[in-house]
Amino acid sequence: MSSTHDTTHDEAFSSPDPAMESPEPGVEEHYPDEWQYIKVALILFLITMAEVGIYYTSGARRAVITLMVFMMIAKFALVALYFMHLRFDSKLFRRLFVTGIILAVAVYLIALSSLHVWQH
Amino acid sequence: MAVTEEVKTPDSTPEEALAHPVTSTGLSNEKIAMWAFLGSECLLFGALISTYLLYRGRSVVGPFPHDVYDIPYTSVSSFVLLMSSLTMVLALAAMQRKDQRRMRVWLLTTALLGATFIGGQVYEFTVFYRAGLSLHENLFGSSFFVLTGFHGAHVTIGILMLLSLYTMSAKGRLAENRVETVELIGLYWHFVDVVWIVIFTMVYLVPGVK
Repeated sequence: MSSTHDTTHDEAFSSPDPAMESPEPGVEEHYPDEWQYIKVALILFLITMAEVGIYYTSGARRAVITLMVFMMIAKFALVALYFMHLRFDSKLFRRLFVTGIILAVAVYLIALSSLHVWQH
Repeated sequence: MAVTEEVKTPDSTPEEALAHPVTSTGLSNEKIAMWAFLGSECLLFGALISTYLLYRGRSVVGPFPHDVYDIPYTSVSSFVLLMSSLTMVLALAAMQRKDQRRMRVWLLTTALLGATFIGGQVYEFTVFYRAGLSLHENLFGSSFFVLTGFHGAHVTIGILMLLSLYTMSAKGRLAENRVETVELIGLYWHFVDVVWIVIFTMVYLVPGVK
């Protein structure tokens, strides 16, 4: 390996991108303990129960749907942040995943809106 | 561009070098690739869910969703898949503690919960088919079976990966420091869980709200 390459490589390590601020790969002490995982699972269970309970209530349709979507986002975020460790891992991973989500939501919301799906 | 080099010190074994590669980003290339893959999967499932929403309420002939959906049954299936995410993360925690015996228990539990979910889906498909709903019966049938079928295929692939990991560990072919291998399979597994969270709400619950 050339000395030029070594220098470039060292510089890359000495000035890391802020997006990559993270524990080293394989370092696990920042991850939650098992009880925290169990607590998150309990919250997920309770939200699912609440979702199903709301399904059987008769209320303002728009308000019920908004509440259900809010609960869905809460469950999604809990799994992604705690079970998938996005809260504890590098910001780069979060950006990759969130970019995919934002792209998907934006593209398909525009597509569905242009097809007047919400008026149906 | 990420440059990967193995750490080669006089004391490092090939397994240690494999577990702690040095990259130009300081992050594991495999993990970056997995997150990029999961980001792209959002677009795939986004397309399938959007197609379902586009065709919702446009079927000319039945059966319609309210004729076939069994919400309590699907709620139990959803709960089973949610709990499989818990057992998966417990398997990872066991691997981090270098307790492979317990990791295998949690991996097998996760695979069994996944298989229970798939069994439930097969049963649900059978009930729907007997009620007259098929892939080409109406727009609801087409979009529903394609969406949930794709998700089921993902879960099945996840189960196969879990069982492969279990077998590798049981045969002593999984080095104690290969925590990341378990983590990557875990990420995939949690992803199929979050996709189901969206499907359960958008496909099963929301259309039935009165």
